[in-house]
Amino acid sequence: MASDKTKGNLPHILVVDDEAAIQRFLRTVLDAEEFTVHQAETGHAALAAAAVIKPDVILLDLGLPDLDGVEVIRRIREWSPVPIIVLSVREREDEKVQALDAGADDYLTKPFGIAELLARIRASLRRTLQQVPEPVFTLGGLVVDLPRRLVSVDGAEVQLTPTEYDLLRLLVTHAGKVLTHGQILRQLWGNAYLEQPHVLRVNISNLRRKIEADPSRPRFIITEPGVGYRLQTPR
Amino acid sequence: MIRTDDDNRPVPEALLKRVEAEEEKGKGKLKIFLGYAAGVGKTYAMLEAARQRLSEGRDVLAAYVESHGRSETDALMAGLPGIPPLYLKYQGMVLTEPDLDGVLERRPQIALVDELAHTNAPGCRHDKRWKDVEELLTAGIDVYTTVNVQHFESLNDVVAQITGVEVQETIPDALLDQAAEIRLVDITPDELLQRLREGKVYIPEQAARAMETFFRPGNLIALRELSLRRTASRVDTQMRAYMETRSIPGPWPAAERLLVCVSGSPFSEKLIRATRRLADELKAPWYTIYIETPSSSKHSRQNRRRVWRDMRLAESLGAHVATVTATSVPEAAVDYALRHNVTKIVVGKPTKPRWRELLSPPVVDRVIRLSGPMDVCVVSFDSPEGPSQTAVSPAPPFQPSGYAGSIALIGLASILCQLVRPYISPTNMVMVYLLAVVLAAIRLGLRPAILTAFLGMLAFDFFFVPPRFTFAVADTEYLITFTALFTVGVVISSLVSKARERAEAVRTREVQTASLYYLSRDLAAAADIGAILDAVVRNLGESLRARVALFLPEGERLEISASSSGLILDMNERTVADWSYRNRQPAGRGTGTLISADLLYLPLQSATSVLGVMGIDLEDHDDYTVQETRRLLDAFATQIAMALERVQLAHQAEQAQLLQARENLERALLNSISHDLRTPLVTITGVLSSVLEEGDHLSGQARRELLESAREESGRLNRFVGNLLDMTRLEAGAMTVKREPSDVQDLIGCALAAVEQRLGPRSVAVNLAPDLPLVPLDMVLMTQVLVNLLDNALKYSHRDSAIEIDAARDGDRLRLSVADRGPGIPEADLERVFDKFYRVPVPEGAGGTGLGLSICRGIVEAHGGTVSAVNRSGGGLRVTVRLPLEMFGKEENNAYGI
Repeated sequence: MASDKTKGNLPHILVVDDEAAIQRFLRTVLDAEEFTVHQAETGHAALAAAAVIKPDVILLDLGLPDLDGVEVIRRIREWSPVPIIVLSVREREDEKVQALDAGADDYLTKPFGIAELLARIRASLRRTLQQVPEPVFTLGGLVVDLPRRLVSVDGAEVQLTPTEYDLLRLLVTHAGKVLTHGQILRQLWGNAYLEQPHVLRVNISNLRRKIEADPSRPRFIITEPGVGYRLQTPR
Repeated sequence: MIRTDDDNRPVPEALLKRVEAEEEKGKGKLKIFLGYAAGVGKTYAMLEAARQRLSEGRDVLAAYVESHGRSETDALMAGLPGIPPLYLKYQGMVLTEPDLDGVLERRPQIALVDELAHTNAPGCRHDKRWKDVEELLTAGIDVYTTVNVQHFESLNDVVAQITGVEVQETIPDALLDQAAEIRLVDITPDELLQRLREGKVYIPEQAARAMETFFRPGNLIALRELSLRRTASRVDTQMRAYMETRSIPGPWPAAERLLVCVSGSPFSEKLIRATRRLADELKAPWYTIYIETPSSSKHSRQNRRRVWRDMRLAESLGAHVATVTATSVPEAAVDYALRHNVTKIVVGKPTKPRWRELLSPPVVDRVIRLSGPMDVCVVSFDSPEGPSQTAVSPAPPFQPSGYAGSIALIGLASILCQLVRPYISPTNMVMVYLLAVVLAAIRLGLRPAILTAFLGMLAFDFFFVPPRFTFAVADTEYLITFTALFTVGVVISSLVSKARERAEAVRTREVQTASLYYLSRDLAAAADIGAILDAVVRNLGESLRARVALFLPEGERLEISASSSGLILDMNERTVADWSYRNRQPAGRGTGTLISADLLYLPLQSATSVLGVMGIDLEDHDDYTVQETRRLLDAFATQIAMALERVQLAHQAEQAQLLQARENLERALLNSISHDLRTPLVTITGVLSSVLEEGDHLSGQARRELLESAREESGRLNRFVGNLLDMTRLEAGAMTVKREPSDVQDLIGCALAAVEQRLGPRSVAVNLAPDLPLVPLDMVLMTQVLVNLLDNALKYSHRDSAIEIDAARDGDRLRLSVADRGPGIPEADLERVFDKFYRVPVPEGAGGTGLGLSICRGIVEAHGGTVSAVNRSGGGLRVTVRLPLEMFGKEENNAYGI
């Protein structure tokens, strides 16, 4: 439904933050980048605005004066799949994981650069527009052919175990989005493995060794410390 | 007081006295209504004064007033607030005593306590009422009290001489000296006798008896004179004090100092009182010493108790008391006198019969001969009971075994002589008998030895001197042999026994010294209160075979901090300890205060404060009043108090040091914050304002550079704030470590990603051991650690040099290190780099916060790991983090292999 609104129009962004300075800065920057910016300063205002405006993306600060940010996400998710990007500070990893698990699409750690913010917004918009993932995902030298279950790096085919492939496919289908450890574990191994995060670590490690040029400085699979993993999006 | 010249300033001693008097201000004031006999109207005068105070609005409380059924007194009592007395049952009688605790609780401004010299009923806290009064004074309550002159300690024997009545209830003269005010209540003896006859003093039949015995006109006149004199002398003292403090020149007597020695003889008491009177007349300070000689140890218990009592008496009469150990009494006395500038030595007239003086010259003579410039006052004793009560204990009880032993020795000697008779002449057999005497002297003591000498002489005569088997002597020359045998035997016996006594005395001393030594050694080694308490309980248990309880204050209360095993103290005992603590006085058994207690309680006092109380339970109950034991206990108490104080002071010093360190840290923190927060802000503000205001004049290139530097600075500011927050969280213990099995390679990747921008083109060599397991760690925090280490490496090393990251397994630990090729750190500072706000002095202005490494250490230690720094060979620094591979305390197998 967001898609038909964007036709011929600028995408609508709802910025939810109670800090006036941040609101002002974001409005200036996003206006210049050809977005229609709406603002809300409280959780309840955000919920109301989300229902009325039906924004294409929501930028949500988790520390709101009235409602818990995670609660705002839950209530929006009850009726809308609109992409939500969470803004949070470094020390609150738990909060980020909660927000992501509650349905947020992405997060940004304050303070952030504007380039990064725009990249995240665009990635979210792109995911919304593209309902069905591309059958062949390309990122740098990495090619993942989903219909044929083939993976190659720099033209050379890579042999993956079924679990590694499933893991890569999951990341590919959510490229650019952070997946929490919990989300990955639940999808791939089921709820029983939620308390066994080392299974995931080992597979990520093995996967990196197979697809990354230098596993110590990964370019494809990025670790978000304390939160989860993200597959880089093609620029 | 010696005044030097016409200088009109008060002498220092006088000022000191005045200061002391002012210090006493916290104490209550004592007003004594002094009379010379019952019925002169002391109580009446006291009550009148009390009513006067009451009408002036003072809070007066009649704590205890005896009306003796006198109507005048009762009339005055009406209207005075009172407090019900305590009723104590004693041997079928009900006795009333002032309710001390009641008064203390009620805290009046003035308390009336009648009959200062009264002896309290058993069960009271103190044995004497004057001690009750002292406690009231200490509590800051003014006390009005009454007393008759004959109750004063120093006048006790004079009164006895005058009236023939020995007054049992005495009070120390010091009380009179302490009193802020003395009111002499005086009527003429005729008037008193008239009142007596009218039944105003005693009920008629009592009065008649009293008139016959005590209230004879002669007695009354003498007593009246005594009371007038005592008061006059006090007024004189006040006058002097006034003159001294106001620098009024006057006829100052030469400074006299008196010395008297006590020996435990029954005459000592008289000697002490005489000295006190003399000292009073001369206004001189006086000393009482007890000289302990090697032979003192053979003194009887009774004797030693008497010494104890005499010393306390002297103390209560205001003497400086001391115990001196020496071999000779006269020499020690004179020596002490010389050292203390004594001008007069007071000695008693010898009471020994004349013939004994031939054997040992009397002490008096020897003192006189040695005394040099000092005067010697010889005081006579008119006591009828002569030297029968000697200072030395009566003969030790008859010990049959000793005498049987001497008989056996002589038997053996005789048999031996019989065996050798064919070979030696009879005169040489004397040697065998002498040998027996020596053995007896060593083994059996003086008396059996003398018996041995005597029996030896008889046996020699009977068995070996011709004619044999008779006591008859053919050759009169043998008479000389006999005499010599006997005399030599006796001399040997007494010499050996003296040597034994001396050795015994030395041994006792030695034991005491050793016990003190051991205690002080243990106390010196004790570093904390616990060790001190242990040392005390153990040492006193060993040296005195005493059980000990130590009470230390905890907040407001006194708690038992240590006690010998098996020593159980009830509430009563604790109360006594508490009293001793609050009043800084010994209490309990062997003292005059709270004597119902099972233990003796000594306050542990240092020069400035009371640190606690020691309760002692001695095996032998007589020891409580033995001079040596008490002195040893006092020495112990002082030692313990000093040790406790030392530990407390050390603790305080430590606290002060900690406080200082914290202050330094806070100062460093403030400096750091003000510097590190402002520096980036300077750049950011400068850049922003220049772009805002001068933006149009700036070239695109310049603008870009400016903004770039502002961004870098804001990044730095952000990192600094992050560090500060981390530090605060670590300090507050609010940092929760969420350890999950993590991939070390992933960790390194995260850290490198975080420093990517600052890293630029620099090469980082990651050297990862292939067999690394998953390590339980908090990914976020450890990333921070690695980022901080990398930051430092970047900051302190040259742009072109490489940075190395190594990770390998090291036993049951992960070893993770970051190494650079920078200048390294001076060896001495390698430990300190992990301290807060430590900064390596580098010229390049690589502004660090001084927090990075200390945060690293905090985080690593929270993981149960360690962090250390070493200088690399070939230059550079390597910081190594070691983390445990096992989740401690959690599941057994958590080192997941990859």
